[in-house]
Amino acid sequence: MSYKMGEFDVAVVGAGHAGVEAALASARLGCRTVMFTISLDQIANMPCNPSIGGTAKGHLVREIDALGGEMGKAADKCFIQSRMLNRGKGPAVHSLRVQADRVMYHNYMKNVCEKQENLCIKQAEVSEILTEDGKIIGVRTSLGAEYAVKAVIIATGTYLKGKIHIGEVSYESGPDAALPSTSLSQSLIDNGIELRRFKTGTPCRVARRSINFDAMERQDGDDDIVPFSFETDKSTLENKVSCFVSYTNSKTHEVILSNLDRSPLYSGRIEGVGPRYCPSIEDKIVRFSDKPRHQLFVEPMGLYTEEYYLQGMSSSLPEDVQLSFLKTIKGLENVEIMRPAYAIEYDCCDPLQLNCTLEFKNLQGLYGAGQFNGSSGYEEAAAQGMVAGVNAALKILGREPMILDRASSYIGTLVDDLVTKGCSDPYRMMTSRSEYRLILRQDNADRRLMPIGYKVGLVSRETIEKLERKIEQINAEIKRVSTTNVSPSVELNQYLLTKDTSELSTGCKMADLIRRPQLNYVDLKRFDPNRPELSDEVCEQVELEIKYEGYISKQLAQIEQMRRFENKKMPENTDYSRIRGLRLEAAEKLNRVKPLSLGQASRISGVSPADINLLAVWLHQETEG
Amino acid sequence: MSTVAAISTPNAPGGIAVIRISGEDAIAVAEKIFASYGNKKVSEMQGYTCAYGYAHDEGQRLDDCILTVFRAPHSYTGEDTAEISCHGGLYVTRRILRCILKNGAENAQAGEFTKRAFLNGRLDLTQAEAVMDVISARGERELKMAENLRSGAAFKKVRSCSDKLLKILGDLAAWADYPEDDIPEVEPEYLRESLVSVREDLSTLVKNYDSGRIIREGIRTVIVGRPNVGKSTLFNCLSGFERSIVTDIAGTTRDVVEETVRLGDVTLRLADTAGIHETDDIIEGIGIGIAEQMIDSAELVLAVFDGGSPLSNDDVDLINKINNNFIAIINKSDLEQKLDLSVIREKTENIVFISAKDSDGISDLQQIIETLFELNEESFSSVTAANERQKKCVDSAILCIDEAIAALDNGELLDAVNVLVDEAEQHLLSLTGEKITDAVVDEVFSRFCVGK
Repeated sequence: MSYKMGEFDVAVVGAGHAGVEAALASARLGCRTVMFTISLDQIANMPCNPSIGGTAKGHLVREIDALGGEMGKAADKCFIQSRMLNRGKGPAVHSLRVQADRVMYHNYMKNVCEKQENLCIKQAEVSEILTEDGKIIGVRTSLGAEYAVKAVIIATGTYLKGKIHIGEVSYESGPDAALPSTSLSQSLIDNGIELRRFKTGTPCRVARRSINFDAMERQDGDDDIVPFSFETDKSTLENKVSCFVSYTNSKTHEVILSNLDRSPLYSGRIEGVGPRYCPSIEDKIVRFSDKPRHQLFVEPMGLYTEEYYLQGMSSSLPEDVQLSFLKTIKGLENVEIMRPAYAIEYDCCDPLQLNCTLEFKNLQGLYGAGQFNGSSGYEEAAAQGMVAGVNAALKILGREPMILDRASSYIGTLVDDLVTKGCSDPYRMMTSRSEYRLILRQDNADRRLMPIGYKVGLVSRETIEKLERKIEQINAEIKRVSTTNVSPSVELNQYLLTKDTSELSTGCKMADLIRRPQLNYVDLKRFDPNRPELSDEVCEQVELEIKYEGYISKQLAQIEQMRRFENKKMPENTDYSRIRGLRLEAAEKLNRVKPLSLGQASRISGVSPADINLLAVWLHQETEG
Repeated sequence: MSTVAAISTPNAPGGIAVIRISGEDAIAVAEKIFASYGNKKVSEMQGYTCAYGYAHDEGQRLDDCILTVFRAPHSYTGEDTAEISCHGGLYVTRRILRCILKNGAENAQAGEFTKRAFLNGRLDLTQAEAVMDVISARGERELKMAENLRSGAAFKKVRSCSDKLLKILGDLAAWADYPEDDIPEVEPEYLRESLVSVREDLSTLVKNYDSGRIIREGIRTVIVGRPNVGKSTLFNCLSGFERSIVTDIAGTTRDVVEETVRLGDVTLRLADTAGIHETDDIIEGIGIGIAEQMIDSAELVLAVFDGGSPLSNDDVDLINKINNNFIAIINKSDLEQKLDLSVIREKTENIVFISAKDSDGISDLQQIIETLFELNEESFSSVTAANERQKKCVDSAILCIDEAIAALDNGELLDAVNVLVDEAEQHLLSLTGEKITDAVVDEVFSRFCVGK
């Protein structure tokens, strides 16, 4: 029994971090959008770590913000502690990370979605996608409601055939005791989508009153808080909580090792592939048996809850074992578990089936985002939600797609990695995944991507003008310090000596001094009488542009070379097995990935430089002949 | 398009060899390594003109050459092209190529010149398929050669350096990506030490670079046999064969004479030894001792026997001493054969009958050697190409490491240093086609216990 419930442009299946960004982007671009979730109370839920950002992930949040997404703003509104990680390690790896109030974050995002024009939110389980001639035409819910749509974005996270494992017990479930999605997998398979099984896990939540914080190291937030969003007013930000650090010990390890036989991971009951970067505590102890201790972070779940999250202690051991190993840890001797740790298996797709707009190659109008695409993490999910949501909308509007290349952003790198190289375990963003780290900094995400967000239509005129003013100030100041003469003075030379750098014997430009690693822009102010008043953000950019000029121009040259190949587009529907001379292995790989450009083709493993040469000749023949 | 260079003549010894440089900077690169005797400036030469002069590496003279300049679009590739015609010795040709690569050209890939000719409209579209066949055939062979090469000593050394860099990068990546995890800090001093050590390894590698050593230096060959079986006759006969002595190396003792000779395409580094037999003569004994050592270290042993007399005890002792590639040379084949070959056959199937007096059987010997070392025309050119690429990769890696060390000394932050080390590693990894970002991520997860 089914019934019609209306027409939309875009349906988003799932309202987690990917689904929310996808739905907001699509609705904001003017497409009538419907977002389905199994429970309205799970919108933008954080079923794992109550934090946003971190290394490389912080970059993603900044980039999402620059494109006109919501995650950065939500994190600025709902954070309870903020830290800039890696200060002192160089600007390329500075990373913003906040602890967020989980409930507040959910409420904020739910409300933003509720108030969003063009966006309808439905509590329902989508059980089928409806297709005709290789195209999406609608979705059907488990109640039988049919919605006619032009595009569907699958953002099902860990819900799709979710199965939770705790020790010897396993049961079908979504995260945080939500209902799983049971039928959609089959409908996707019936439509030619290949699915596979991944696994992830989360540690226990424990009661505040059962923790002895005095026995742990305290970790406070930064005094000088930097927001994620370009539009957030810095002056309103404050830290409200502390986090704590403790360590496992040999007793903890003993308890775990003697109970390994009760772990579903080691008894073989879990078949899904788990993430390498997020191992369970039993995994860490087995794989790194020489490590005498492992660190854990004790983090509050929010302001109005007593639940604490134990970062680093993810496990699928039985509840009683969890309790006994936790009790061996300093500060947790009397610990009271509120929610046990669990492992969760779920269905996801092999992202090689997607093209770089995140649309499926063999099913027009079907998009994937987030964990469904084999990634992991809220930020990775939200980034893909942006890409899928924007591109689904642009396609319906008959506009050019938004394709971000590797040199533009971490988002572009993430998408390119997924659709070109695929992934064999849940994919996490890392700074080492980008070859253009010194250009793709978190501090310049606005300059890199906001013009794109503006062109797409998600960034307001007012915001882009604010950015333009900022860029003007940066350029003017760089020009000024590059032409400002500094002459040696007793005072300056004394200062230089205290900073362990050589004295000036003749005059130089102010920029030459700024360039010295021992000196910085802000401290040189006293020798720079004509310096204008500038915001911290502008000062930061001036300093970085000058200090890293050599590296930046080197990376820009690499980017230019990369883009030349990127601009050589491969014709759609190329059958590579018919190209004369191409090796079989290369042809198979190329047919699977169907690269958009010669550049993308060159990044596919198993495609050799000779294959690329051959493709170049073939391409030339195709386009000129 | 970038500027590329390669040896365009077959990579075997010949009278002359031609090295082609093609691309935007072809003329500029040629100018850096070529000096004309007539003080002609290369950059001012017209298309289709030549200059007589010499190729040099930063002033060090390599060989007399003729430089021919072609100006775009009037060249084979349609780009600015410089062709250097030098003497056909393999070593010198590759030395010049190496120098060209050092001065800014890239190693031309399989079928690259033809591809460029096509892309620049110098070839007809109907020829495209032929071009693709060429690329695909050469690509296939190069891939195969590169695979074979992986078992080579030079490659293993590059690999070990690349592993060391990967370890450094793993440290840096874990340190940058997992600031809150319990992993060791990366200290600039430690980083510097590691980089200096890799740099040393790489420079040693470059110094002793055995670029297609078998081809360049030849097969270390020793001629042995009891006295008066005709070793020296064979030696002289080989040395005189085609009269193509490349170098003379002074013998290590008065009893070992070394010479590099060419036998067809194969180069032998030939040592004639004192006859091996029981002796009381101290001086001769030393010579024999050395000869025995040489048997062990040689890559090829040519054991000479007298076909005209029966196998002696000394002959049998000698056969038992040989544990490597062994060719039995039965000399005096023109005389009545009295030698029983069964003992020899037990040890080797490679038996050549020669009469040193009139050079019979020398071409049989050449064939057996080529089969033994699996040498053919293709292996000559591919080993060389692959090796030149290795060399170029190692050179580029060294440059990046130098920059990284300089950046550290200058007090720059590690994220910048990291980018330079990345680049160095990418050069080394390009030999295996691995991608740096993937390799580093794997390294982090295999070595560090990181993550929530």
